[in-house]
Amino acid sequence: MSLLCQAPTALVGWPPWLEASVQHASQFWMANMYSKGTKRKFSDSVDVATDNKAVLYSRQRQSLLDMSLIKLQLCHMLVEPNMCRSVLIANTVRHIQEEMTHDGSWQLVTEAFSGSGPSDHLVATEVLCRSSVLEQQDGGPKLYSVMGYDSCHEEEVVTDEGLCSVAVGDGAPALLGTIDHCWDRAVEDRVIKDSGSEVKDGTRSWEGAKTVMGQVFGTFEIKNGAPGSDPALEELFSAVDASYYDLDTILTDIQSTPKMGPYNLLDSMTSSHGPTSNSSCRTDLNELDHIMEIIVGS
Amino acid sequence: MDEEIDTRKINNSFLRDHNYATEADIISTVEFNPTGELLATGDKGGRVVVFQREQESKNQPHRRGEYNVYSTFQSHEPEFDYLKSLEIEEKINKIRWLPQQNAAYFLLSTNDKTVKLWKISERDKRPEGYNLKDEDGRIRDPTTITALRVPVLQPMDLMVEATPRRVFSNAHTYHINSISVSNDYETYMSTDDLRINLWNLEITNQSFNIVDIKPANMEELTEVITAAEFHPNQCNTFIYSSSKGSIRLCDMRASALCDNHSKFFEEPEDPSNRSFFSEIISSISDVKFSHSGRYLMTRDYLTVKVWDLNMESKPLETYQVHDYLRSKLCSLYENDCIFDKFECVWNGSDSVIMTGSYNNFFRMFDRNTKRDVTLEASRENSKPRAILKPRKVCVGGKRRKDEISVDSLDFSKKILHTAWHPSENIIAVAATNNLYIFQDKVN
Repeated sequence: MSLLCQAPTALVGWPPWLEASVQHASQFWMANMYSKGTKRKFSDSVDVATDNKAVLYSRQRQSLLDMSLIKLQLCHMLVEPNMCRSVLIANTVRHIQEEMTHDGSWQLVTEAFSGSGPSDHLVATEVLCRSSVLEQQDGGPKLYSVMGYDSCHEEEVVTDEGLCSVAVGDGAPALLGTIDHCWDRAVEDRVIKDSGSEVKDGTRSWEGAKTVMGQVFGTFEIKNGAPGSDPALEELFSAVDASYYDLDTILTDIQSTPKMGPYNLLDSMTSSHGPTSNSSCRTDLNELDHIMEIIVGS
Repeated sequence: MDEEIDTRKINNSFLRDHNYATEADIISTVEFNPTGELLATGDKGGRVVVFQREQESKNQPHRRGEYNVYSTFQSHEPEFDYLKSLEIEEKINKIRWLPQQNAAYFLLSTNDKTVKLWKISERDKRPEGYNLKDEDGRIRDPTTITALRVPVLQPMDLMVEATPRRVFSNAHTYHINSISVSNDYETYMSTDDLRINLWNLEITNQSFNIVDIKPANMEELTEVITAAEFHPNQCNTFIYSSSKGSIRLCDMRASALCDNHSKFFEEPEDPSNRSFFSEIISSISDVKFSHSGRYLMTRDYLTVKVWDLNMESKPLETYQVHDYLRSKLCSLYENDCIFDKFECVWNGSDSVIMTGSYNNFFRMFDRNTKRDVTLEASRENSKPRAILKPRKVCVGGKRRKDEISVDSLDFSKKILHTAWHPSENIIAVAATNNLYIFQDKVN
């Protein structure tokens, strides 16, 4: 848990799409943690049907991407992080991105994440969508044994052969049922909220990735301090008020059980604007409140 | 190979005998000196402990020379880089001995940023009978002196003192991972993630950069240097390994900046084993020349490979260290174990190679007989003077008695650092904060 607490300081100054990725990753990881007591339906998911296999592969790949992004972020900032490790993780992220671009699934990611400050809250939509969709499934395959980064003791060693022995050229189907559905929703919201923005293509992912790598390795150079990080954060928070009111309205219309996300928490902070219709979902997730507060750094 | 254990449970104030490892006591490097008489260990707290082998006594011929603590000193202190607002760890990354040229011993020790040359010398005599000061050191009143005398050297208790003779600093932007002394005994090189610098042992205020793989744009960085070593016999030749699983051999006579290699060793990737972790497990954690200089050995996450210097296309021999971990790579990536840097060593005759693994296991491979053995460095499972029992890891199926299953392995007990005596069958194995010394059984 202490690992997650470090997230807010490290996120300042990062490109929005990466921030969202990491927050989503934290949430996904935490969702895994909290539901680890439930069934581990890994074996059930391994059906003969190729569809399931492709979905499984895609989920595994996404989990790996999330984990890698978290690792890049949450290195000890007191001592310089190990450069070899950072380079290897960054290469893994690049590799996954390459494959996802090849599949076409990366384009959807960048489409949702593109744009500047005001559209950041749309990230929240996607984030909420995603986790809710996965929760609606059989809880998602619990692919990784849940363990703190401090300890190396594994509670369960999960066979992760899917990721360990897959040929890259396999070409998993580009669009996978559940995630596709989720993305459609995100795009729909986008149309409502931000009709002015363009839809960027997959090349933006490379710029994003490069900026990520630059910022990771930038820490090894003399730090000049992330310029504009504070103003960006200010802008982000200042835009909360009105837009979150709208966001919540949309959410309650679309989803029956929206999950708590970081942006929902901000909403609860500015409770004067918070619509009462959201209270039902909040009570379910009181456990997560405290954690998310720490993450967002309230 | 039968091994007699001479477990050195070092019970001084530095290496404590606890179940949990005090961080500062974690051993971070182990190295024999060229004659094998001395064994140096460096730890995370910046300390160096040197052991010396007892002279074998005629009275007890069955008792081979054992290693006792000879000298302990604080080599590096923690520092703070004000420019980057980051701490510089005092952990000793590498120790390399210089060949002995006089009565004193010299070693190089390095942390992330600074290399130091230490002189370890003995003092067993002291001068007595000064004119101007008395035995306590107090200055005598000159007016009270009526006669002159010549000071004489009197024997005293042996004292071993370590003094820093040179400090080589401010030459590395990135973390130093290796140092290697050249065959000319005048120069040595220090290697960080992106650069290799050449130093003269006498000169501390300048060094020459001989390899630089830093890209113009750091965002395009995809490969780092992981280890480097000078050829044991040719002072112009050195090798360095990378995180992408390749080794480059360079000749300093070719040009001042050795960015262009003379030889490039890389094994083509096996397409059937490809996964997202392929690159990470191919990253080379250690590279060592054989004593003969004909071969080089590399250690990546799952294997040890022996290469012939004359064949760049593929290794001569590949040994599986713990292939049962191949299906666990995802979990090992999650807990960061996949980034552990294991070292590898040759024996004196280059016929056996050794490397560490998890659960305090270490492995030895006999290149001639192709036999291999897994041994464990742990106090619970071995008594002093007992023969080490070979261990076996069970991979699925029925687990026999005495076998250990993959899922029961303790990944926090890793043997990263080992050393082999230059001429005899004596090995030193560092298991977290304990040092084990094993010797061959003599009948």
